[in-house]
Amino acid sequence: MAALEIHNVRKEFGSERVLKDVSISIDSGEFLILVGPSGCGKSTLMNAIAGLEPVTSGNIYIDGEDVTWRTPAERDIAMVFQSYALYPSMTVRQNISFGLEMRKVPKAEREAAVERVADLLQISHLLERKPAQLSGGQRQRVAMGRALAREPKVYLFDEPLSNLDAKLRVDMRTEIKKLHQRLGTTIVYVTHDQVEAMTLADCIAVMRDGHILQLGSPDEVYNNPVDMFVAGFMGSPSMNFIRATLEADGDGYALRIATPDEADLLLPWPAARHTAELVEQLDKPVILGLRPEHFSEEDVRLSEQAEGTLLEAKVSVVEPTGADILLRLPLGEQEITARVGPKCEVSPGERLALRVDMSRAVLFDAETEQRLA
Amino acid sequence: MKNTATPPRVGHAAPRAATSGGLQAWLPRFVLAPSVAISLFFVYGFMLWTFILSLTSSRMLPSYDFVGFGQYARLMQNERWWVASTNLMIFGTLFVLICLVIGALLAMLLDQKIRQEGALRTIYLYPMALSFIVTGVVWKWLLNPSLGIQAMVRSWGFESFRFDWLVDSQMAVYTLVIAAVWQASGFVMALFLAGLRGIDDSIVKAAQLDGASLPRIYWRVVMPCLRPVVFSAVMILAHIAIKSFDLVVALTGGGPGYATDLPATFMYAYAFNRSQIGLGSASAMLMLGGVLAILIPYLYSELRSRRHG
Amino acid sequence: MANVIRRQTLAARVSRLAVYGVLILAALFYILPLVVMLMTSVKPLSEISAGTLLSLPQNPTLAPWTKAWGEACTGMRCDGVGGYFWNSFAIVIPAVLISTTIGALNGYALTKWRFKGSELVFALMLFGCFIPFQVVLLPMAQTLGWLGISSSRAGLILVHVVFGIAFTTLFFRNFYVGIPNELVSAAKLDGAGFFRIFWRILLPVSAPIIVVSVIWQFTQIWNDFLFGVAFSAHNTQPVTVALNNLVNTSTGVREYNVDMAAAMIAALPTLVVYVLAGKYFVRGLTAGSVKG
Repeated sequence: MAALEIHNVRKEFGSERVLKDVSISIDSGEFLILVGPSGCGKSTLMNAIAGLEPVTSGNIYIDGEDVTWRTPAERDIAMVFQSYALYPSMTVRQNISFGLEMRKVPKAEREAAVERVADLLQISHLLERKPAQLSGGQRQRVAMGRALAREPKVYLFDEPLSNLDAKLRVDMRTEIKKLHQRLGTTIVYVTHDQVEAMTLADCIAVMRDGHILQLGSPDEVYNNPVDMFVAGFMGSPSMNFIRATLEADGDGYALRIATPDEADLLLPWPAARHTAELVEQLDKPVILGLRPEHFSEEDVRLSEQAEGTLLEAKVSVVEPTGADILLRLPLGEQEITARVGPKCEVSPGERLALRVDMSRAVLFDAETEQRLA
Repeated sequence: MKNTATPPRVGHAAPRAATSGGLQAWLPRFVLAPSVAISLFFVYGFMLWTFILSLTSSRMLPSYDFVGFGQYARLMQNERWWVASTNLMIFGTLFVLICLVIGALLAMLLDQKIRQEGALRTIYLYPMALSFIVTGVVWKWLLNPSLGIQAMVRSWGFESFRFDWLVDSQMAVYTLVIAAVWQASGFVMALFLAGLRGIDDSIVKAAQLDGASLPRIYWRVVMPCLRPVVFSAVMILAHIAIKSFDLVVALTGGGPGYATDLPATFMYAYAFNRSQIGLGSASAMLMLGGVLAILIPYLYSELRSRRHG
Repeated sequence: MANVIRRQTLAARVSRLAVYGVLILAALFYILPLVVMLMTSVKPLSEISAGTLLSLPQNPTLAPWTKAWGEACTGMRCDGVGGYFWNSFAIVIPAVLISTTIGALNGYALTKWRFKGSELVFALMLFGCFIPFQVVLLPMAQTLGWLGISSSRAGLILVHVVFGIAFTTLFFRNFYVGIPNELVSAAKLDGAGFFRIFWRILLPVSAPIIVVSVIWQFTQIWNDFLFGVAFSAHNTQPVTVALNNLVNTSTGVREYNVDMAAAMIAALPTLVVYVLAGKYFVRGLTAGSVKG
């Protein structure tokens, strides 16, 4: 039985359709992340699951029960808000036990729950303080503690890390992952940060304009994006989209990339990845998707055994990140970003040979932006 | 997964009455309902009632004998009403203008990093905490010709000093202005000061770098930013002016004769003392009209600026 | 004004002196009437006719005050304004408490439990702040008569509550708009209902606006005269009506010192409130006018 099932949910605000026929199903213990640009509807969907906004049509089931018309309190859901929403006049202890108090849990049990949660999140020393006396990271933990104390069926996290500074965000991300591994809870998490999505999720839902474009594991969403938007949204720096023409090349296909000043580039399409759709795209413009890490610096010693195609271009910008180096290389009128190792010694203006791993490249229809292969 | 029937499409949560959610959704409306009912009855209902009364020939007791706009016609021919209306024009205009000038001036001066600013503000503002009756009583004493300011200045040697406006039918209305300004200008100052403090510092600094002198900065850069404050102040002051009743009763009693009558005192006199309910109601409706005449353009301009801003 | 570097020229110094000069003159304009009032109230009548407004009391006495409190003639009775002083409290305190409570609940319902038409409801109630009360006097007199509470303290309390709700709702609504809605969402998820959320979450942080509302209402209702004179009888008058009667009663010699003492008595409560909590008073004044 699915822990949470969303069935054809629609949400309209007046004439504006914010959620258009959204359906998701997740199992108990799964970590689902809703990711997408601002305005895609992920927060609205979150609020609908929580019962803070009624849906216009559709159903929501939790553990098999239809909760579509139940109040938030009746759904047995806990939520961690972006702004934490801690009750300012109560101590941390009271904040955490408030939900239990509302459910008439006896005092002894409440106390035990508070201790348990405070231990888990290492906030035992903060229990008597008020929210105003806590730092951002501490407030975030208390907000999580409030949710954990109730042990609900589903946890909702609404961009909980957005208000933290970069370093703290990374630390808390790991904490959340550890908690999930330890407690095995069902989580629905909203973020606009795709790195968070990749690192935390069991399952990612990429949303845009009220639709779910793709629902899959991080690996699927990253390596098998269903269209250009998903491909471009996930991954940083984002995937290179190179305009090319699909041509026949002997028994197989190749991609011609026009470079007016020099000879056109011809990249062979791996035989193992031929599909039927490609036939119809012959001689038509396509978009070739290559992630920056699909390029690697050509190692002269290994040239003989190397796989992949060779590409040579002039480097225009060198951006060392410490862990690796990002290069920008113009290809004709287009520009690609390549990620190479930190030891690569090249200066702007020099030419560089790169290996391209075509086995992981993707092709998109230039008009519909849908994935071809 | 259970298969349940799709609930009806509704714009808002329509929980079934059985669930506790039903009560919760209606609770806010229950809570607001009494106040709404009170508003509808005591404000709108009463306004309508007064309007109806103004169309009748009621004298000491309400009678529903309709005479169309006859009472309004009588009002227009009533000399005392014209005196009252003219007085309101004079009093209202002077009161608003002088309060604005004094309030703005004091606010600008106070904004110059003055020591004891807090104490000064307290002094300027305290009259607002007083009843208009108290203000009227005090100023009546101060303006007393034989024992007040006139007497005091004369005792300093200025034998021919005249300040007997209180008993002079031509000048008495200006005494109202003095007392009202004394009471309310501190409030205008507070409004302006808050407005000045809310202005983005960087605009002023940019003007200073551009070489403008301080007075010029105030005139060209700061004052235009304060237009909303001026609007608010005018609205409130005009409202106070139209409602002015207490001050007249205490300071001049409407006199000498009815030289300082205002529509508010006119209405009370005719409705309650002279048993002319119909006429009194008509005058009250005209007062309402006056308030609306100021309120509606203000609301209109607010709504417009919100749509554009 | 920002930390402007001021040129220390003579002209600059003179203009700074001028600024202080004007400010001090203004301060005198505002404070002198109060000073005169106080001085006059402790002078014996002989000194008043012999001296001028600003001459200091030679033989200060509290006799005018005791007379004003207990013996002065207000219309047909001569028992001072003391009794009416307590009348005012009897009217003001319930009216303030009731109107503040209703305003708080209204503001809460309007901002945290929005429904279709809640903005319209607010606008509807807000209009009550603007009407000139002359337009409700006659119907109110009739209604109070029907309810059997005309000329009673209860009637005045009703009147002040009815017309105070608009203001208190405005104050609380503007305040609660600034409190994040997520607090209420979190409480809903925690299982709290309408009143529980108000009592446990919102009320504890409402202290500033409660003070503003109470001070504003106290001042408005205490200082009211129009409703007081229209809807009260001899023994239920508020102190403002009694003061006016006292001052305008023309029997024999005018006792200006008693008049001033009575005025001080009537003014003291609101003045004390202002001195103690003036900051909140100002906030109330400006909150109401900076329309949200």
